[in-house]
Amino acid sequence: MIHPKDSVIVEVVTRFMVPFIQIFAFYVIFHGHYSPGGGFQGGALLAGSVLLQRVVFGKEGSQSGFASRFGIPFGVTGILLYAGTGFLAQVGGGNFLQYDHLPFGLSPVYLRNVGILLVEIGVAFAVMGTLVSIYDDLVGLQTRGPDARMHSAGPVVGKAVHFSDPLSEVRSGAVRARRLAEEKEGRDAD
Amino acid sequence: MARYLGVLVILCVGAVLVYGGFGLPAFGDANAPAATHVSDHYIEHGYHDTHTPNLVTVMIADYRSFDTLGETIVVFTAGLACFLLLRAERRRREDGSE
Amino acid sequence: MLIDKWPYFATVLMLLIGLYGMVVKRNLVKKLIGMNIFQSAIILFFIVYAWKDKATVPVYDAGLGDVPAHYINPIPHGLMLTAIVVSVATTGVALALLSLIYKRFGTLEEDELLRELRTDRERG
Repeated sequence: MIHPKDSVIVEVVTRFMVPFIQIFAFYVIFHGHYSPGGGFQGGALLAGSVLLQRVVFGKEGSQSGFASRFGIPFGVTGILLYAGTGFLAQVGGGNFLQYDHLPFGLSPVYLRNVGILLVEIGVAFAVMGTLVSIYDDLVGLQTRGPDARMHSAGPVVGKAVHFSDPLSEVRSGAVRARRLAEEKEGRDAD
Repeated sequence: MARYLGVLVILCVGAVLVYGGFGLPAFGDANAPAATHVSDHYIEHGYHDTHTPNLVTVMIADYRSFDTLGETIVVFTAGLACFLLLRAERRRREDGSE
Repeated sequence: MLIDKWPYFATVLMLLIGLYGMVVKRNLVKKLIGMNIFQSAIILFFIVYAWKDKATVPVYDAGLGDVPAHYINPIPHGLMLTAIVVSVATTGVALALLSLIYKRFGTLEEDELLRELRTDRERG
């Protein structure tokens, strides 16, 4: 990850480009009716704009653009939008996801048009939330608790801590630290 | 030794795939079984049912909308699995305070 | 016979390269990249058989009408849209698992991992 003080050019160009990338992503989503595009492509572009900020400004500096705790909620909102449109169609009198019967009061042909648009927006939010959440997990940004920052930096050697379950022990790096210490002792004893 | 066995297996798989590939329709054939029946119906009726020119979007968001809902849930579940594997827990200190 | 179906055989070649990476290489990250190449080859195969001669993009054009011979088959394109995003998500989960394996065992080579697992099992 580039330290924020590394290059002024990279920072300034990124700051300039991110709004344009997001506007283009919204264009791709909404213009999916008339040209190749749609929900999946626009969602990936939105995630790309957030990940560009994560790479250039560092882990903490980019939290003001899109906080890590919003990753999974965005994904859930997208799926709720999609299923919500389906249930709205049932409220209007049709089957699940039958856009003819949406209760908006247009002709059935245009109702299907509107239904497709709502569904694509839902898909875009779901894809964006998921991609940003996967990146944050791999980098170590989704942590909780008062000493959360210590987890991403590595285990603290010399302190006796108990973990609630074996998987947390693996995640915090304590098992590997213990093994490396044992190997070192074995080598020193020889 | 194991590498040569692996390469041999891959060559056998390749031979079987090429032998199966001889039965495929010619490249660009408009009368191939995959390009008739349902696909014709989507192309002929897609615009008139929905007033949406992009036929791929019509297909995945209107005619096959339920499959796309399932795929979106699959993508979200993969993200959720990643989250559950890698999020860090609070540490419990030895004296019991968190 | 071989010449008028050449795109399919190019796809088979890419598939074999991905399979080679998954089977023969010993590092886990290389196996993961082989899986990615395999997925891309499958997606390419679907897109290749959607082609029709003298046809254009499946976006309705008033000048071309709704004759099916004027537009390429839209079904494989729709299927592969989601396949691409699913492959990204699968790669993310695989990388999460690899990260945990590295933190537990300290290595990502297959033979060293098997040795560690065997000594773990013997130790009980």
